[in-house]
Amino acid sequence: MIEFELHSPNSLAEAFSLLETYGEDARVMAGGTALVLQMKQRLAQPGHVISLRRVGGLNRIEESANGSAGLKIGALCAQQQVATSPLVKTKLPLVAETYQHVATPRIRYMASVGGGLVHGDPSQDPPPSLIALGASLTLTSASGQRVVSMEDFLIDYYETDVQPGEILTDIFIPSAPAGSGAAYLKFLPRTADDYATVAVAAVVTPGPGNVCQDVRIALGAVGTTAIHATQAEEILLGRPLTEENIRAASASVKDVVDPLDDYRGSADYKREMAEVFTRRAIQQALANAGR
Amino acid sequence: MNQSINLKVNGTNHEIEVPAQRLLVDCLRYDLGLTGTKEGCSVGVCGACTVLVNGEMSASCLTLAAAVDGAEITTIEGLAQDGRLHPVQQSFIDHGGFQCGICTPGQVMAAKALLDVNPNPTEQEIREWMMGNLCRCTGYYKILESIVKAIGPTQEARK
Ligand SMILES: Cc1cc2nc3c(=O)[nH]c(=O)nc-3n(C[C@H](O)[C@H](O)[C@H](O)COP(=O)(O)OP(=O)(O)OC[C@H]3O[C@@H](n4cnc5c(N)ncnc54)[C@H](O)[C@@H]3O)c2cc1C
Repeated sequence: MIEFELHSPNSLAEAFSLLETYGEDARVMAGGTALVLQMKQRLAQPGHVISLRRVGGLNRIEESANGSAGLKIGALCAQQQVATSPLVKTKLPLVAETYQHVATPRIRYMASVGGGLVHGDPSQDPPPSLIALGASLTLTSASGQRVVSMEDFLIDYYETDVQPGEILTDIFIPSAPAGSGAAYLKFLPRTADDYATVAVAAVVTPGPGNVCQDVRIALGAVGTTAIHATQAEEILLGRPLTEENIRAASASVKDVVDPLDDYRGSADYKREMAEVFTRRAIQQALANAGR
Repeated sequence: MNQSINLKVNGTNHEIEVPAQRLLVDCLRYDLGLTGTKEGCSVGVCGACTVLVNGEMSASCLTLAAAVDGAEITTIEGLAQDGRLHPVQQSFIDHGGFQCGICTPGQVMAAKALLDVNPNPTEQEIREWMMGNLCRCTGYYKILESIVKAIGPTQEARK
């Protein structure tokens, strides 16, 4: 393990001033499940670690007050809190279900929502579902706030849009469209606690005549970031949700994914599975829409 | 640079000097001599190092001791009360819930954490909760049975 100095500010203001003082040499820490591991492996070597554990007010889940229906989730909420929250289960069942797929209960108790999103590992579970629901993230700094969509926030492998001096403070997840159904499928051919081999989130709204009124599809673990499958959406939007159209939409994801060969499978295998799981996710979302 | 921290471990307050990079598992084992907590994989996967931090399950191999300054920690040494084993401990003994024993403190802590939040879990819920505690002897059936039986005579595991 590397050596560093630990700071435990009591407020965001104090955290911003520490970030200002130590600049590039500082890293923010929430649950520490990713950062401590990276420091053990010397992949991260900050001289100063700023723990957010004592910063209050960032661990609430509440209905949004800004008029648009949805939930605001504080960046320091534990992932287990989101997975088990009655409010999330009722208002955004896809989100509760997705967080139930993250790692194991022990890691979910430690890991925060914000840390999970800033970490930017493309195999993580939440990003596909959050892209499919159109979530946005609020980044706060000493000089103000900015809001970034989930998909724009993900830049590259382990790279996310957090600018110097910024802290992710909360995320906003809009309610799924009326009449929609949603699904998150995590393909786990090895063990139940593994990262996904391929993951797909789909939110589909069937309208009169089974015509697709709205659809959002995103994939995880098959590229350098989670991928928003807009081509697949275009194939379905405004067309009947027939087996044939669903197959065509699913096949189109093979052109946008770019998986790596690893011990979870070859790139070719994952590309095939991306198609299969996209199809199943759309079908599952449709089945859920009937409920 | 050392920091002075306070940890309430198994009900006893300790003031300890630690460097920032001191992991909770090392702090417990080397600074406090509580060697019941084991270190297995060191990357948060195996569950051998499971302790409770303010009542919640934590991987002490990924927790900085100084980051949990002020917390209440429960380790395997803190489960027995007045010389009586915790029901989960007793059940592991009665039902052969271990073989070599290295994973046992973590298994027992995880099982206790489950029963604290869900006193009457189904077998499926036990399996899902315990999937983060690996047993290289693969004695999983006996571990499951020990937890089911620990639920107590009044509350049987819901099927
Ligand atoms: C054994 C294991 C298994 C896992 N399996 C899965 C899995 O199956 N699926 C999955 O999705 N994930 C999995 N993960 C990854 C896990 O989701 C991340 O480690 C976790 O989400 C990180 O959250 P944290 O609060 O611990 O972040 P930290 O480790 O505290 O921080 C992570 C990064 O975010 C930065 N950061 C943290 N909070 C903020 C903030 N508020 N503002 C700005 N920057 C911030 C830190 O500087 C750091 O770069 C697993 C992790 C482990 C250890």
